[in-house]
Order: sequence, then C-alpha cells, then structure tokens
Amino acid sequence: MSLQVEDLKIYYQTLRGDVKALDGVTFSIRDGEIMGLAGESGCGKTTLGYGLIHLTPPKKYMGGCVRLDGEELPIWDNDRMNPFRYKRVSIIPQYAMSAMNPTRKIGKMASELLSAKGVVFETILPELLRRLDLVDLSSDVLNMYPIELSGGMKQRMVMVLSTLLNPSLLVADEITSALDVSTQQAVAEMLVEFRDRDFVKSMVVVTHDISILYQIADSILVMYAGKLAEKASTGTIINSPRHPYTKLLISSLPKVGVRYAEQKLKGIPGNPPMLLNPPVGCRFRDRCPFAFKKCIEEPPFIEVEPGHFVACWKELD
Amino acid sequence: MLKIENISKIYHTGTFGGKELHAVSDVSFDIHEGEVVSLIGESGSGKSTIGRMILRLINKTSGKITVDGVDTSVISGSELKNYYRKVQGVFQDPFSSFNPIFKADRVFENVREGFFPEVNSAEWSQKIHLAVESVGLNPEQVLNKFPHQLSGGQLQRLLIARALLLDIQLLVADEIISMLDASTRIDVLNLLADLKSRGLSILFITHDLSLGYYISDKSVILYRGSIVEMGATEKIYNNPQHPYTKMLMCCVPRLDKKWEQVEIDLQGKQTEGTIGCLFYDRCPIARQERGCAGDRPPLIEIEPDHFVACSHCWENDKVGKPVEPRIQEKTQ
Repeated sequence: MSLQVEDLKIYYQTLRGDVKALDGVTFSIRDGEIMGLAGESGCGKTTLGYGLIHLTPPKKYMGGCVRLDGEELPIWDNDRMNPFRYKRVSIIPQYAMSAMNPTRKIGKMASELLSAKGVVFETILPELLRRLDLVDLSSDVLNMYPIELSGGMKQRMVMVLSTLLNPSLLVADEITSALDVSTQQAVAEMLVEFRDRDFVKSMVVVTHDISILYQIADSILVMYAGKLAEKASTGTIINSPRHPYTKLLISSLPKVGVRYAEQKLKGIPGNPPMLLNPPVGCRFRDRCPFAFKKCIEEPPFIEVEPGHFVACWKELD
Repeated sequence: MLKIENISKIYHTGTFGGKELHAVSDVSFDIHEGEVVSLIGESGSGKSTIGRMILRLINKTSGKITVDGVDTSVISGSELKNYYRKVQGVFQDPFSSFNPIFKADRVFENVREGFFPEVNSAEWSQKIHLAVESVGLNPEQVLNKFPHQLSGGQLQRLLIARALLLDIQLLVADEIISMLDASTRIDVLNLLADLKSRGLSILFITHDLSLGYYISDKSVILYRGSIVEMGATEKIYNNPQHPYTKMLMCCVPRLDKKWEQVEIDLQGKQTEGTIGCLFYDRCPIARQERGCAGDRPPLIEIEPDHFVACSHCWENDKVGKPVEPRIQEKTQ
C-alpha cells in the first residue's frame, strides 16, 4: 500500500463558518497505481489534492490520517511536511503558466529549487537533461524565460521539474484542461510513461474530464460535495457505474458519434449543495432521480464487489 | 447569410511592429440561415481571430465579410448599430464578461440603453423574463444577483439571453463551453441546438471535436490560420482526409476506445512564412519531392461538400485509392 487516507477532513475557515470541502474521505492507492479523481467543480477534488501536500489557511485540518509507504504524513504541520515535500510527495499545479518564476531563467529557477531541498544542481543535471529529452524539450529551455515557452511546453517543463527527485506520490491537478487535444494526449501519455519508468510510484490525477481518465488511469474515484461517491477500476466506472451521480456524469458526456439530431444528451439538473451547511444524509439526494426515504440518512462507502466501492443506499439492498 | 471571402489578418509584432504574424490567411466559408458551423483548431490557429473579425472587434487586413449582402467593414454609426442587432458574440470566460461590482442583470440594462431606449420598464422586464426563461433559467433565481452568486453555466446562459434580446440572426460562440462543468456544458449545448432549430445561425468556435460533432452541420478545420479541411460534419468526422484532421481525430479522448499508440510530433519547427504546406514539418506523409514544400496546396473538393487542402489526398484520389497516412508505431 503506497498511500492510505483514512477519514480525512479538511474544512475552509470563513467568516460565516466552516465550509466542509472534504468531509471524511477514506481510500488507498497501490504502488504504481494512477488514480483519477473526478467530479464537478466545487466538490473537493483540488482540496484533497492540495491537502496531501500543502495545507495552508484558510484550509484547516480537522482530523484523519494519511500514510505514505507506511509512514504517517504530518499534513497538519506545515514545517514538519517540508522534508517530505518535493522529495516524497510532489504536485503538478493546475496553472503551469503561472507555476514558474517569470523573472528567472528556467535553469536558474531549477537550481534554486533544488538547492532549497539540499540537492546540488550539477549532480542532477544529466538526469534533468535526459528527462527533458524524454518529453521532447531541448536543453535550450534551461536558458530561456518561462514566457518564451508555449503552454504545452511549460506544462511539460513543470512536469519534469516536479518529478525530478522521484517522489513516491504525485498529484497532477487539472494538468490537461487548458491544452489542445494533441498536446493533451501527449501530456497524458507522458504521465503514464513517468509511472512506467518509475519516476513516480503512484499518482493522483485530478480532472473533470472523465474521458482523459479512461485513457490513462487505473482506477477512478468520483467525488460529490466533499464526499466519496464511487471508486472502482477505470473499466468498471465507465462501463458499469453503480452510483446515480456517476451514471449521470458519464451519460452527459458528448462523444464523437453522438449528434443532437439523433440522440439528445441530458445534463444533471440542479447544482451541487453549498458546503457551508451541507444537507444531512446523502448529499446527492436533491438531484438524484432515484432518491427515496432512506436517503435522509448518510449512506456508507462500502465495497459492493471486490475493489468496487459505492456510497448509495440503493446498492445496499 | 454570412459570407467570408478570402479574409486575412496580419498582426504586427516586435518592438516597432517590424515582424509580421499571419494569424489568418485567405479563409473563405459561409454560414446559411439556421446552420451551425464549427470552427475547430488548436490554440493559435486563428479561430478566435476570425470570430472577432466578424464581430468587428478587430479589423481585418484584407478580404471581405458580408452579412446579408452588406459589407461589414464599411458600415458605421447607425448602420453598425443595426449590424449588432443582428450579430452578437458570447465569449469563453463568463466570469470576466461581467463586471463584478455590478449586478449581473446590468448587461440587460446596457442593451436597453443602447438599443431600446423607447421601451418602458414594465415591458422591458417582461422581455427580460421571457429571454431568461428561453435559455432555461428561472428568472427569480438569477435576476438581481451579483456575478459571484451565480454559476458559470448560469452566467453563460445569461449572456446568451442578452444576445437573444436583440433578435439576432447570427451568434458567434467563442469557446463558450470550455470553462463549464461536464454536467452543465451539455445544457448550454442543448440550448444552442434549440436556438438553431428556431432559425438562428451559430458560428461555434471550439477545440473540442466531440462538442463540434454534437451540434454542427458543417465543420471547418483550421491549422495556423488556413483551412485544411472543410465540409459537412459527418463527412469530415467519418472520412477525414487531411493528415492533420486525422491526427486530431486520433487524439480525441474517447470513452469507448483507448488511444492508439501514435507518435505525435509536437516539436514541428514553427517556421514563419513558409511558402509550402503549413503542416509540412509535422506531417507524416509529407515528401519534398512531391512538392509539399513548394506551393501552398489549394482547397480541393474531393467529394460533394468536402474540401481538403492537401495535394496528396487529391493525387491519391485521382488514381482512385486514398492511402492511409503513415503513422509511426511506438517502438517500445
């Protein structure tokens, strides 16, 4: 077991009270597994991703336990997390465009980054050049400013920098969202290649684009309003989802081959609930076409089949 | 109703505007009444530039855009105002289209001040209610709110409602879906399709091919400012001919099929001012001896309503056997 998360709660502190963005989340990721994290905006995907790495106010740790390779991560203590960050856990942030320092040449920035972690730049330079070559970037980029690179190039550069010290866990937050289809495919396949080459042991890929996850992820975790809705292997989630939310989410995706004139797709009516005062019971209840009396109680996240977890009362009967 | 003939746009870049950037070169297509045309291309392919030129937000360098036979570049004053009654645009980021310090319905008030000063308040608010309802929103929920109190999908639909107030004939929809969630984007897309069936023409600018396929009648594929393939949507998607279109089709993430292991050449020396085929340096079937580096290939009709700008497809078609482009298998 590479990463185990148990009952993790992270709230946002606001003047009107705590926003329960992540409310009791339990899952685990095996070594070498790429886990996709899917859901609408505002359902806690990014909070979970960042929570594992950099928990700063207004985010507030409210309980739970995170273990990486058997060792507990002190995610509530920013200073104690420092030795873990970048070496054991790392992140590719959402906006690669703004992730790099615009006033430094990329090579200089990399060397500063490494020296802050006690690594001498020269010793790692050959490996850096080898990896740049792997993602189709020439070594000239080290002498360039970030502004000279295109969006896709920046994204690949940030990928290389984030994984340079072979972290055990990598969180990739919406890294393909701002890219064109061709670049998107290249970046997504590079993630798989990084895993295959053991640059990173396991990965959490946060995205709202399920079709990308189908291409690269081993398992998919669907979140809704700060809770887990369903977790299973990629094929199971796409082909035989059990949670109503997952079903609706997948059926609302337009695909090549579906036309409005022939088959009208439907969205999910309604909006996710406000997490300042989340409703009791199943949080999807108001939008769920199958909701019944029992849904007023909170459904447990249980294993209905080996490796297939669902939080829905319908699946318990 | 909209006719675009050989339009080009050259941006001047560099310190004293010394360098030229050909954002759009020699693009022609037309949109009929009640037709949805999708403009597909990567970033930097000039798709937004075309939309902006139609809306007259930027001037074109050469060419001609006519709407119902009227050249749009010469009109001004009240004629231009009339033009905006017919043609409106909605843009990518709904959050930056609204002024955050004013309530969201101020966009409607602006329309009234500009176009309908004679309408009285009661009549106007009824008109707003109708427009808001016609985009599938509940007026009580969305009116009198600040932009941050509404979701992206709601704001985007309010902007469409604003355009509808003007009784428009053409809507330029520039990446209006990309910022929305999967669950709301289909609602906005269905709304566009509904409007289309009521006779509105839509120019749907997108980089997402599956969205383009869902609603459009005609597709135009752009690469670095030029049309590489154009025609009826089914023909383009089911029988892509240009190597670039084929590559795009391979890259679309699908739920029913895994990506094929194809090598994508991302590097492609983006040489400025190449005279030959613009796709030459990334093309898997390009050969110098076949003349790919020589002349810019013209747009050729290979079957009814299907145009391709690739001299090879054309050559091969002449001898009667279209060949598959050589796609390099990954050697690992």
